[in-house]
Amino acid sequence: MIYLDYSATTPVLPEVLESFQQAVIRFPGNANSLHKLGMESRKLMQQAEKQVAVLCHVKEEEVIFTSSASEANNMALKGVLESYQNRGKHIITTKLEHSSILETCDYLETLGYEVSYVSVLENGQVNLEELASLIRKDTVLISIHHVNSEVGVVQNITSIASFLKTNYPRIFFHVDGTQSVGKIPIDLENIDLFTFSAHKIYGLKGIACLIKKKNVNMIPLIHGGKSQTEYRSGTPAVALMVSLAKALRLALEELESRFSYVSSLNKTLRECLVNIPGVIINSPEDAVPHILNISVSSVKPEVMLHALEEYDIYISTKTACSKDNSDSASLLAMGKPHSVSGFSLRISLSYQTTQKEIQDFLKIFEKTVSHFQNELKK
Amino acid sequence: MNRVILIKYGELTTKKGNRKFFIQTLYQNIQKKLAGFNVEITQDLSRMYIEKKKKDLSLILKKVQEVFGIHTFQVAVKIKSEQEEIKKTCLSLLKNQKFSTFKVETKRSDKSFPIPSMEFSKQIGGLLLKSIDGIQVDVHQPEVLVRIEILPEYTYVYTDQYTGLGGYPVGTQGKGLLMLSGGIDSPVAGYLSLKRGIQVDCVYFEAIPHTSLEAREKVISLTRKLVKYRSKISLHIVPFTKIQEAIYQNCDPDYMITIMRRMMYRIMDRLAKQKNALVIINGESIGQVASQTLNSMAVINAVTNMPVIRPVACLDKLEIIDIAKKIDTYDISILPYEDCCTVFVPKHPVIHPTMEACLKNEEKLDYESLIEETLREVFTLSIEEEEETFAEDLF
Repeated sequence: MIYLDYSATTPVLPEVLESFQQAVIRFPGNANSLHKLGMESRKLMQQAEKQVAVLCHVKEEEVIFTSSASEANNMALKGVLESYQNRGKHIITTKLEHSSILETCDYLETLGYEVSYVSVLENGQVNLEELASLIRKDTVLISIHHVNSEVGVVQNITSIASFLKTNYPRIFFHVDGTQSVGKIPIDLENIDLFTFSAHKIYGLKGIACLIKKKNVNMIPLIHGGKSQTEYRSGTPAVALMVSLAKALRLALEELESRFSYVSSLNKTLRECLVNIPGVIINSPEDAVPHILNISVSSVKPEVMLHALEEYDIYISTKTACSKDNSDSASLLAMGKPHSVSGFSLRISLSYQTTQKEIQDFLKIFEKTVSHFQNELKK
Repeated sequence: MNRVILIKYGELTTKKGNRKFFIQTLYQNIQKKLAGFNVEITQDLSRMYIEKKKKDLSLILKKVQEVFGIHTFQVAVKIKSEQEEIKKTCLSLLKNQKFSTFKVETKRSDKSFPIPSMEFSKQIGGLLLKSIDGIQVDVHQPEVLVRIEILPEYTYVYTDQYTGLGGYPVGTQGKGLLMLSGGIDSPVAGYLSLKRGIQVDCVYFEAIPHTSLEAREKVISLTRKLVKYRSKISLHIVPFTKIQEAIYQNCDPDYMITIMRRMMYRIMDRLAKQKNALVIINGESIGQVASQTLNSMAVINAVTNMPVIRPVACLDKLEIIDIAKKIDTYDISILPYEDCCTVFVPKHPVIHPTMEACLKNEEKLDYESLIEETLREVFTLSIEEEEETFAEDLF
């Protein structure tokens, strides 16, 4: 098998799974219970909280564990907006967000909120001048992703954040970092809310995190009294929290060396792919090396995907979360024509990917492309 | 790039005869602080060098910023003292910074380095001007000051300067006992005393069951915040219930707080002698409450001839709160648990107590034996900087 869909999800590291199992067995208590068994689970949960806080350079009470990044995104948007209705009902985001932001915005519109979408430049970067012009007196929250999941464009989050903090300190800034954590360094200094998920960093599915700075009020999505925090009820999934803390540590420790290794894989891929007739590379040079978006002219992405599947090779069309048969929203937003955005494939890499896998993939990929293109000529 | 933290001794250099002792103490404190990190600490006459082997530099910087006695420090790139290497480093260090004016300063302690300092600065300046667009030299107020220190073997290049906590290394003064109540002021008083190098230990008076175990936990949490500045603090817990009840039953309600404070001071006096402490420290602030008027302080202080240091005596509440927030104790301090001073509060505590009335009230108490008994029941918790991780193997 050649797995090249690491941006959809990553395999669980054995040591992360081991921590999860051990925690389940050794800490059976409910972290909300007052007795000793409960206290021990609570202590373990706090340790997980603390580790995440230290790694993200935030305070322990700013860490909120959730079941998924989608939940965290929902919580950030709905919770903050509801809490600050007195300030206004205006949100700004981009068309390049994950569906858990876009569809939440659609839902919020039905409740009377107004959503403005800031456009992106051809290179995928948020148009900062336009962003400034969209800000209104009643703008409560701005939500922008850090790394785009389809194309891998990196937004200059730090400068947007400091621009907002300096000029609009009352507006809250949410960043969806699901595709950036573990790939590039994160700096949460001027960011009010930040989402990331364990299963993108070799952790387990079912656990994610919202960092919410102390100065931000938020109405919970799930009511039911204080649990891990007052912002989310439900019996704390302590073992999952521990596994996330561990996965995060491992992901951040080797960040630099992994980045440069994946960059070398990306370089190989780019160099070979440009020479295959009909292949267009959509990811800009400065995108994260982990994500390479390409289009194969005239060959439907699903057809490519299933053809490669025959060889036990797994890549993706757009992202796993937007399966409907339409153009890539990210590429459309970047101004690409249908001939590109309707035919895009995403190859996503990992430090676990080997050079041999890349070579094998390239051979089969080239064969498949030329097969379909010859067929078209007939 | 190999980054090294350079710590200049600053104010310490003025302590002529004690210099060596001050620096040695600072060295030990930094070593303890960074025990969990894989670092190598070396020193020469003017500063200390921390070289990291692994791990996040920013975590180490944060720790260094919790050590008293460090006024400023730099993060420098350490390279071989070779011209090309130095040039390359300066360029890569500045390429990614945003600035419009700069200045280069070279210090050449190694005179065998072939180019004189001024000349080398000029060369580097020229190189930067040529390679980076839109910058110019400003020798008076540059936005970025590039410093190059050329030593025989290695050269240090740096642009950033960080501010440390200042003060003296903890341990350069004797021991002091801090009356830690759980309120906002006393942790701040403790912090300020640590800043002057005093080895602060803490004393907490509790009146179980009138005060709760949560209140004790709160004081432990506060001590944990202070222990950042001293690797280990003894927290002496004084079971004060019997004395407090005796006061409640026998004394004039208006004088209850005054007498209680006098009892606390008596206990502090004896504890301090027992523990070889030289001073008593507390968070009294002039005029803040009835027991902190000058009249009250005078009659309360009269029971001891030990020096009593009140670091926040002349600060406004808001100034104290600012420090409390800075040292992260404020949020703990405002947790709503009863402490000894709030359990038995009379309606009208006396603002101008007289010595005569104090003595008259105390006549009704057999306080000597009560104090003896209480002192026998004092117990001590050792609070250490919480680096131990619970169930560490899982993380």
